[in-house]
Amino acid sequence: MSDIDLPLPQRTELNAPYWDSLAQCQLSFQRCRRCGHAWLPARTECPSCLEADWHWQPASGHAKLVSWVVFHIAYHEAFKNRLPYNVAIVELAEGPRLISNVVGLTEPGDLTIDQALKLRIELEGDFALPRFEPA
Amino acid sequence: MPQAAVIAGVGHTAFGKLEGRSTVSLNIEAARKALADAGIEKSQVDGLFVKAPTSKFEMMYAQKLAEAMGLMPRIGGVYDHGGASNISMISYAALAIEAGQCDIALVCLADNPATGSRHAYEKSWGDDDVFGWFGVPSGYAMIAQRHMAEFGTTRDQLGAIVTACRNHGAANPHAQLRKPLTLEQYRQSRPIVAPLTRDDICLVSDGAAAVVVMSAERARQLKVAKPVSILGFGQGQTSWEVVQRPTLTSTAAAASAHTAFKMAGLQPKDMDVAQLYDCFSIVPLMTLEDYGFCKKGEGGHFVEGGRVALGGDLPLNTAGGLLSETGMPGLQLVIEGVRQMRGESVNQVKGAQKCIVSNQGGIMHTHSTLILGQ
Repeated sequence: MSDIDLPLPQRTELNAPYWDSLAQCQLSFQRCRRCGHAWLPARTECPSCLEADWHWQPASGHAKLVSWVVFHIAYHEAFKNRLPYNVAIVELAEGPRLISNVVGLTEPGDLTIDQALKLRIELEGDFALPRFEPA
Repeated sequence: MPQAAVIAGVGHTAFGKLEGRSTVSLNIEAARKALADAGIEKSQVDGLFVKAPTSKFEMMYAQKLAEAMGLMPRIGGVYDHGGASNISMISYAALAIEAGQCDIALVCLADNPATGSRHAYEKSWGDDDVFGWFGVPSGYAMIAQRHMAEFGTTRDQLGAIVTACRNHGAANPHAQLRKPLTLEQYRQSRPIVAPLTRDDICLVSDGAAAVVVMSAERARQLKVAKPVSILGFGQGQTSWEVVQRPTLTSTAAAASAHTAFKMAGLQPKDMDVAQLYDCFSIVPLMTLEDYGFCKKGEGGHFVEGGRVALGGDLPLNTAGGLLSETGMPGLQLVIEGVRQMRGESVNQVKGAQKCIVSNQGGIMHTHSTLILGQ
């Protein structure tokens, strides 16, 4: 692990419930009360029906791998000692998609498209991050 | 069918590192050359469409440029579609001319990321930085990975595109990178964001380009020497970030091409040569599929066996494209399309009468298509 701090997310009024929930070991997403659409990251309006009537819902932690890449260059000091590392597009069983890392692998690219993943929450500074591992 | 518009003149600066040149200065040089190529005076221009410089965003940039050029255009402004802006602006210029909003339009772009600000190329994506998610190549690598997994697309197939562009650029005296590339050399290319390597990624370049658009009738009146017909154009805006797209392996390029082919009354098989935006090797491959040159998933097979190299069925990026001529976002492809239609390319496709050109921006967020003819 690097000694340099990771570039941490900006905590806002809108996304605070997301990060607070992760600190309680729970990944959450927004769901529209009008049309039932579910999404991440935090938005003020439902991108499907455009209403602002939504609530936070806990995710099961079941997910699948949409795609992934392996970084061989560091765009930020904090990642120089982590090379090579993967970044993945993950789709939750409930539908929302997010950028994450798949951990618990021998090699960072030891992955298969559409493979089943499960949530593994890891602490980085004050932030509990939603990472994933093979299910 | 709109009244036919033509590209009446083209111009560009040198490509590469142009130390100390502002984007305004670069735009003016390209515009001066395009006006001279068309054989018209600056005073005849009443439309000015300019792409926002990628390297540095400035408010009211088109007005700043207009002042520096001594123009008070009737219509125009800055357009931001990323790399798709150029063909989008040519389209809007043609529509504006058709609607009587202007008579002669200048469309231009300039960029100086090589010696100016590289900010736009070292992108932070906000809250996802914490996962190490940075930069532009990574988004294209996500798309390439999914394409390879879904359809069995191989590195060698991407290499067929890269070697064609590099070898075409090697013959172009204006190209920034005139170093041909063999498939064996491509295989040794160093990974940047796997599955993409250094040779899959376009150049970073200073430079500018400009084209003059007017009606075919006006070109006849003004005795423009070498007008090239705009037969069709279209746009498609995928818009969503890569992570949010339901499908990674096709884009609104399909809608863009459909509109352009319909307007031109032509089909992919009618095209003699193609200038397809190649900021990353996966892009022309997916563009060929979305445009209907082959079925979805068969782009890798399509580019094999020299089909997109000079002498093949559909020579691609005959001046080298973004991988070899200049990394400048897009207008150089239109200019090479014009050269092919005039019979003036250094890699002239014999008897070429129709050329398709694609522009795209962001990480396949935007797309525009242009069909040129003799």
